[in-house]
Amino acid sequence: MRQINPDVCAAYPITPSTQVMEQFSEYVADGLVDTELIATESEHSAMSACIGAAAAGGRVMTATSSQGLALMWEMLYIAAGMRFPITLACVNRALSAPINIHGDHSDSMGARDSGWIQIYAENAQEAYDNQIQAVRIAEHMDVRLPVMSCMDGFITSHAIDSLELLDDKTVRDFVGEYKAINPLLDVEHPVTYGALDLQDYFMEHKRAQAEAMKNSRKIVIDIAKEYKKISGRGYEYFEEYYMDDAEIAIVILSSAAGTVKTVVEAMRAKGEKVGLLRPRIFRPFPYNELSDALSNVKAVAVMDRADSTGAEGGPLYMEFKSALYNRKKQPLMINKIFGLGGRDLMLPDIEMVYRELRDIKNSGKIRALSEYITVRGEEAAYGKA
Amino acid sequence: MVKLKDLIQKEPIMEGGHRMCLGCGAPIIVNLILRASDAPVVLANATGCLEVASTIFPYTAWRSPWIHSAFENAAATASGIETMYRALRKRGKINKKINFVAFGGDGGTYDIGFQSLSGALERGHRFLYVCYDNGAYMNTGVQRSSATPFGASTTTSPAGVVIQGKLQKRKDLTKIVVAHNIPYVAQASPHNWLDLAKKAEKAFSVDGPSFLNVVSPCPPGWKSEAKDTIGLSKIAVDTCFWPLYEVENGKYTINYKPKEKLPIEAWLKPQGRFRHLFKPENAELLKQIQQDIDKEWESLQKLSGL
Repeated sequence: MRQINPDVCAAYPITPSTQVMEQFSEYVADGLVDTELIATESEHSAMSACIGAAAAGGRVMTATSSQGLALMWEMLYIAAGMRFPITLACVNRALSAPINIHGDHSDSMGARDSGWIQIYAENAQEAYDNQIQAVRIAEHMDVRLPVMSCMDGFITSHAIDSLELLDDKTVRDFVGEYKAINPLLDVEHPVTYGALDLQDYFMEHKRAQAEAMKNSRKIVIDIAKEYKKISGRGYEYFEEYYMDDAEIAIVILSSAAGTVKTVVEAMRAKGEKVGLLRPRIFRPFPYNELSDALSNVKAVAVMDRADSTGAEGGPLYMEFKSALYNRKKQPLMINKIFGLGGRDLMLPDIEMVYRELRDIKNSGKIRALSEYITVRGEEAAYGKA
Repeated sequence: MVKLKDLIQKEPIMEGGHRMCLGCGAPIIVNLILRASDAPVVLANATGCLEVASTIFPYTAWRSPWIHSAFENAAATASGIETMYRALRKRGKINKKINFVAFGGDGGTYDIGFQSLSGALERGHRFLYVCYDNGAYMNTGVQRSSATPFGASTTTSPAGVVIQGKLQKRKDLTKIVVAHNIPYVAQASPHNWLDLAKKAEKAFSVDGPSFLNVVSPCPPGWKSEAKDTIGLSKIAVDTCFWPLYEVENGKYTINYKPKEKLPIEAWLKPQGRFRHLFKPENAELLKQIQQDIDKEWESLQKLSGL
């Protein structure tokens, strides 16, 4: 954020995203950026101020987590519906109740229909890289939508991780000057934002918004290619890890993918054809590409760090299932809910899932479509897998 | 100083042809205040009658930049606009003076937007917040708000067999705003156009937040005649239900003292929402209303050193 040097930041403290704004406030205090900071009295007002500032005509950023994102909910939809290219660093944390400050994806997953582009980072390096790309994606003239750049609370936000930073000039040149469209501050050309929009126009506006989200599919890849030129680090819709000849695979978001990779390597060393697919762009959901990537796999476990209670499984699982529905070749698919409220996912837990997938592949039988793992009270079923 | 001659020569910023009700106080208030601005204005509007009836897409009544984003956040939205103005000014991208105004009804100001207003006032943004107070959620069909006067019948505090309208006294928002120690706070009424315009002019001249609470008659909600709007706002002042006063850097001044304070019945009677109070068995309630007004008026006079 220091390197991006936005015009306005509005935020409210919440663990674990607080540190983002604390650090940034120091940059402001030390004159390392000339951003105007608004320390609002709530996240609802933080996003409202972001919307006002973006409409006024400049680059706007914020950060939040959990309850903060939940309190912003109403304004998330409005930011997207008004097509403001605001970027938000979402440090993922569980939603109350019960209250818990640790990482899971229930906050951002709940906001998946809000019209924001969502990118999930595996580690600090990617969180940094995504944040910079987010600005370009959001502000692209074919998109003009807000972008949520997600990283796991504490695991990514607070753990010590090595990180390669670009120099300031490279980042500033990459993000470039902000281009305001119909800014409120252009008083010679008055515009009305947020008019009442009834039956005769509302759908056209929502459709235009949906088209912008579709357009962003191409843009996220274009921007990633450009970013590779300045950083040497390439990004795609998703990361494939030993997927070329994988017979069974785990699909998992964010930091837990790092742990899965360790298991994949160990199992590969024993000759087992296991793989990992780590989605990075969740909105827009690259359903074709993701379905292709799973087309030769026999059995898949989609692992969700959030639940959608009452549904067949977690949100990531449901997306994959629906993406594959019209495919002739479909892997057998199960869902595991893990890591809620920061519950650790250990190497043996992942091995257990791969073993279950191996059984499914061999027998063609699924014991349970969706279940919680690493949880008390389910030892019997889980132990038998 | 503002002069009628100058005010009427300015184009109205809220253009005619909008869908506000006949006799609504809000457009009168809005145009008078905006005419008193010494600079171009950028406006933020809370959800409410003023927003809904002025902007049905693809039409707009606004000749100045205007934004509505939600109900409870006009002050927060304005604070974002004003901050972006400072950011761009610092970076040399904008030079001219612009005034920032947020409009909200009493629901959007006293109730759901109260926190957002308080936060923006405390942060010291240079903007004017205008509450057009018609004393209920009129846009959604006359539900009680914390600005609804004691005894008023609304759709969520109806006068019934055992309950005689709203049982609670109204929140004194103007004084709560004063407690934020902002440079300028005032109460005004559309019937006294000169007082209102002067107050707007003062509000625009301060370097920080300012707040105007303006009584705004609502014929459908008050069950009053459209032609009585200006008359009713005058009686609100003459009964001391709505005293005209201002607080400049903490100093109270009463701007108008009725020569003869009218009894509150003069204001209640023409409004259908108070009809039930005139039943003989409710005489005690009327007495209570008068006593409360007398007490508040006395306390205000003390605050202004009288």
